[in-house]
Amino acid sequence: MKSAWRLTIALIIALTLAACQTAPKTEPVTETPTAPKTDVDTKAAPDPHDYSDARNFDNPESLLSKRVIYFDFDKSTVRPEFRGIISAHAAYAKAHSSARVTLEGHADERGTREYNLGLGERRGNAVEGLMSAQGGRSDQLTVVSYGEERPVCRVSDDECWSLNRRVEIVYTAK
Amino acid sequence: MMVTDNVKKLLFIFIAALGFQTAEAQLEIEIISGNASALPIAIVPFDWQNAGPTPTSRVDEIISGDLYRSGLFDPMEVKDMVERPTDSEGIRFGTWRLLKVDYIVVGKVRRPADGNGFELIYQLFDVHTQEMLLSRVTTVGPGDLRFGAHRVADSIYEALTGVPGAFSTRIAYITATGLGKDQRYALVVADADGFGPQSIVGSPEPLLSPAWSPDGSHLAYVSFEKGNSAIYMQDVSTGARELISSGKGINGAPSFSPDGKKMALTLSRSGNPEIYVRDMATGRTDQITQHWSIDTEPVWSPDGRYIYFTSDRGGRPQIYRVPPGGGDPERVTLEGDYNARASVSPDGRRIAVAQGRGNEYRIAVWDLESERFTVLTPGKLDESPSYAPNGSMILYATREGSRGVLSAVSADGNVRQRLILSDGDVREPAWSPVIR
Repeated sequence: MKSAWRLTIALIIALTLAACQTAPKTEPVTETPTAPKTDVDTKAAPDPHDYSDARNFDNPESLLSKRVIYFDFDKSTVRPEFRGIISAHAAYAKAHSSARVTLEGHADERGTREYNLGLGERRGNAVEGLMSAQGGRSDQLTVVSYGEERPVCRVSDDECWSLNRRVEIVYTAK
Repeated sequence: MMVTDNVKKLLFIFIAALGFQTAEAQLEIEIISGNASALPIAIVPFDWQNAGPTPTSRVDEIISGDLYRSGLFDPMEVKDMVERPTDSEGIRFGTWRLLKVDYIVVGKVRRPADGNGFELIYQLFDVHTQEMLLSRVTTVGPGDLRFGAHRVADSIYEALTGVPGAFSTRIAYITATGLGKDQRYALVVADADGFGPQSIVGSPEPLLSPAWSPDGSHLAYVSFEKGNSAIYMQDVSTGARELISSGKGINGAPSFSPDGKKMALTLSRSGNPEIYVRDMATGRTDQITQHWSIDTEPVWSPDGRYIYFTSDRGGRPQIYRVPPGGGDPERVTLEGDYNARASVSPDGRRIAVAQGRGNEYRIAVWDLESERFTVLTPGKLDESPSYAPNGSMILYATREGSRGVLSAVSADGNVRQRLILSDGDVREPAWSPVIR
């Protein structure tokens, strides 16, 4: 294991050096004359309610751009305001049989780690259940619980805890 | 109960000469509440009997540190010792009575006849009666002088308290350093005094739930290195490891049976977390619980008759127990909103848990006979209790500000100490069995 560490450290040093060597000494600040900006995308803007359209993943107007579901303390019930997001992703999965989704379940830091693994999984299962009911196939959906191990926020207060109690909808294939 | 106004502060700073990861470079142990009735004892510096340089480890310092941290002893500082005898003939008891010392230890260190390792020759006296309470020779191998000193401390502790010492044991814990994408996790093994931390697993993915085999040779743990939880078992000294379980869903909470032949674990392959028992020789894995709730955190009673576990089948997490062959689970903890992650005392009579009340979590001990809880720690986010193999202390994880630290509390709640890593989070402590 020691040698593996040495190798890792050596790699980091090597990469750092390489980065230093290739970095330009000064940032050239040049104004190149460009043609007036035209809309490169000649197609019409996506309909935000068309959940089969992959462009909506980056469209803030569309529910498809939202991929985090939040939960109440020690609960795995999906709150009504998040049902629409789940339905949107279920519709996408139904329309794209190649789509694969991992539902990452998370808990806040309160309570024990292994129990929170169970709680994270229960939340992931709740989202999976709703997606399945709306046309997502079981081979498209995988639940992984991280419990309290991957917080997005590290402060011990209500606001931070509410951000950590979540399921993240992660596409491994679109 | 806590002697907070008589807070004793002494800082032991250990620089780990062997640690090859900066995260393990420094571990501080500090007593945050002491015991007013600690016994005054003098551990006189041991005399090095051989030619050549004296060993770098100071035996008397290690023994004094161990006894001090137990909270039951108040070791005298060497600079206050006006005489420094190294054998019984040299002790003038009147001097030590004047110095208000109740017990004195004198000793020598020398190479054994074969020239390898060390012999620690020592005696313990009651200063008032002049009675010799202990006279022993402890022999250890090369490089094990610290271990030898911990063994001496164990014997002194046992002679004066009637309970075997647990100083020559080890602790395992998880560290987390860095943030976001730079987060690194490590499974670390150190001496029970925090000395010599060695990272035995490092990973960018979460590690949790280390559990010792009953002979102290292996650690089982949970790793997310494959993208999902998986249970591994690793030889602590060689690093050789074996994948135990990596099925669909949760693979968590490993716990060895007292004879080491079986492992209880949590699997959610049925759709929700249930307790299973795996035969380590054949790999056969039997499901022990069957309920739609979360059943997890199994741990064996010392006599092997029960598996205690956490379940929210009653609505909130509580401790239940079930025979390892299966059967109807029986609820154990009968008070409180949230009781989880049991650690059973070595005599099997008490169960330490993380107890939640509102947003506060404390370590509490459930007495199986009297069916009552005693809360031992102040909170607010205390979890992962782990009994010392002699039952004297409970090691646990807590938070200070936004970082995790380890603390230990005496079984009666009177003495508390904390172990702080210089950098990052420390969590999920597991106290080793007594290593012979």
